[in-house]
Amino acid sequence: MTTILEVENLKQHFKVNRKFTVKAVDGISFTINEGETYGLVGESGSGKSTTGRSVIRLYDPTSGKILFCGKDISGKMNKETEKFLHTNMQMIFQDPMACLNPREKVLDIIAEGLDIHHLYSSQEERTQKVYDMLELVGLSKEQANRYPHQFSGGQRQRIGIARALVMNPKLIIADEAISALDVSIQAQVVNLMKKIQKQTNTAYLFIAHDLSMVKYISDRIGVMHLGHLVETGTTEEIFRNPIHPYTKSLLSAIPEPNPIVEKERKSFSYDYKSSGIDYKKGTNHHVDGSHYVLATDQEFEEWSK
Amino acid sequence: MNKKERILKIRDLDISFTTDNGSVKAVRGVDLDLHRGETIAIVGESGSGKSVTTKAVMGILAGNGQINNGSIEFHYTDLSPERIKEVTEKFDGVIPEGYAKEEEKKCVDITKQSKKFIQSQIRGRRIAMVFQDPMTSLDPTMSIGKQVMEAMQFHYNTPKKEAWNRAVKLLELVGITDAQKRMKNYPHQLSGGMRQRVVIAIALSCDPEILICDEPTTALDVTIQAKILELIQDIQKKKNLSVIYITHDLGVVAKVADFVNVMYAGRIIESGSVNDIFYDPRHPYTWGLLASLPDVESASDELYTIPGTPPNMINEIKGDAFAPRNPYALKIDEKIAPPMFQVSPTHRVASWLAAPKAPKIEMPVDLKLKIEKNKKEAKLI
Repeated sequence: MTTILEVENLKQHFKVNRKFTVKAVDGISFTINEGETYGLVGESGSGKSTTGRSVIRLYDPTSGKILFCGKDISGKMNKETEKFLHTNMQMIFQDPMACLNPREKVLDIIAEGLDIHHLYSSQEERTQKVYDMLELVGLSKEQANRYPHQFSGGQRQRIGIARALVMNPKLIIADEAISALDVSIQAQVVNLMKKIQKQTNTAYLFIAHDLSMVKYISDRIGVMHLGHLVETGTTEEIFRNPIHPYTKSLLSAIPEPNPIVEKERKSFSYDYKSSGIDYKKGTNHHVDGSHYVLATDQEFEEWSK
Repeated sequence: MNKKERILKIRDLDISFTTDNGSVKAVRGVDLDLHRGETIAIVGESGSGKSVTTKAVMGILAGNGQINNGSIEFHYTDLSPERIKEVTEKFDGVIPEGYAKEEEKKCVDITKQSKKFIQSQIRGRRIAMVFQDPMTSLDPTMSIGKQVMEAMQFHYNTPKKEAWNRAVKLLELVGITDAQKRMKNYPHQLSGGMRQRVVIAIALSCDPEILICDEPTTALDVTIQAKILELIQDIQKKKNLSVIYITHDLGVVAKVADFVNVMYAGRIIESGSVNDIFYDPRHPYTWGLLASLPDVESASDELYTIPGTPPNMINEIKGDAFAPRNPYALKIDEKIAPPMFQVSPTHRVASWLAAPKAPKIEMPVDLKLKIEKNKKEAKLI
């Protein structure tokens, strides 16, 4: 398996004023392989969305290295690299209403990327490409001439996915792509994303706070808290044997559809301030396989008992 | 134990909205019961009419909405101001059993009351609501202390100083530390979870008898969601509240509810105790909802989805609204809407599949396995 994205010690700081800097992402490293789904989970404010946005260069990273298919995209890029990044990495956003231009037809929304990068030789080819995408995401070509408001929430999210896919990207960043949808629609969209992945071998960086869906869609998971990756590993490793107290609290908070068991269960709470843990002092400890946890030697010993 | 006291009784509720494209029948004959101290959940997709039903209870339907038919009976105790004061001071706002005299027990049909009556007697005072998004339900230009005090001053004319003290107590009750200082904070200075706690404090400020929570945790993180749900449960026990949850998250329902009502296209299609719904679902729509929840241990690679989309409520719905999406639909479904069939004393379902003469149809295999596994975990079998 080839690695397509390598993030090394990425830092993304925002200067609020002279005295105060928000360290949204504070030195994280991870890799994504071709055709796999990497789930990034954590509470709001943990820096998971910022990570996604830094990787696709909506922000300029403060420091660290991002390698996309072997090309360095973290600093100033030349024209060629920039074009490579913009065509091969795409994003799906959370709110499907807010991210589609209400005054453009679906056809033009989906074709916008093609227009910018001149990826067709005739109008027929452009239209055909859009129709193919619509079919792939389960919409019909008659719907291409409609406007976003004529679609339901789930359909709009499909348009967002089609817009990302039309560029034939190697990596799609899905930032809370299903959080705004109903449960039954969520299942539809997740199935669609999985199906497309099989067909096109695209990799996903799946950012979410709903762990039950992440557990279902991801091959590997990174748990983020306060700008640090506190635990990484395959989905199975993390769910079977969570080490870090924050991961444990996240897992214990998922409500299960089993009333008798659920009513007796109490969630496990975790407070960073009172726990006495300092993420800056921690180093990555190897648990087993590809399972790592951020801890000091002493903490690691204590948690893995 | 005497019989449970019924506090809210909705019968045959029918609500429609007038729009440019015609009349939208949002709620088409809903029956609902709520008893004192009990938690019920209303589950359904967006557009199923769950929010509209509770908005009718609160008397806050949008201007183009009208109640065509049905009744909402609300039983409450109407105490004189002196006796209210006594209850607040001595019993912490909870009216003890046997305290209210016969003539103080009242019953009104909310659909027939004037706006003024609902505003002064019911909404906020006896039935309070917690909304989904705590940022939009709080006033950004007003300190949270003032917002908590507002309802008390409006409904009970509580003097300012006393209202202040009570507000501090309420903020402490909902788990806000350093309440005295927080009273002067504005909503933007608090985190999402804290804001939702403030909204709950406001809802509780007049010691309501019913608390309606409309997707109270959808906008929050899972860890905070768990805390808020536990908080509402604690307060419910302390204050003997009756709670209505509106949600589409079945995990939340399993955690908090005693009774569950599943709504589809403006109708309740299955209702029963939480165990009935989760361990013995009967309606194909409920099967679909339960089956579409992700589960790591399930063998199949694909999540179950309910085919099709919800019906357009502008069109007249003939027969069972769910029939076009129902792989088990019978011929009769297209012609006549199914009535409620009684499965057990607590469990009712509106599906022709539950009729005595209907062909026996089993739920999907995957779901059956899931439920069996859950039952084993719950030590039912």
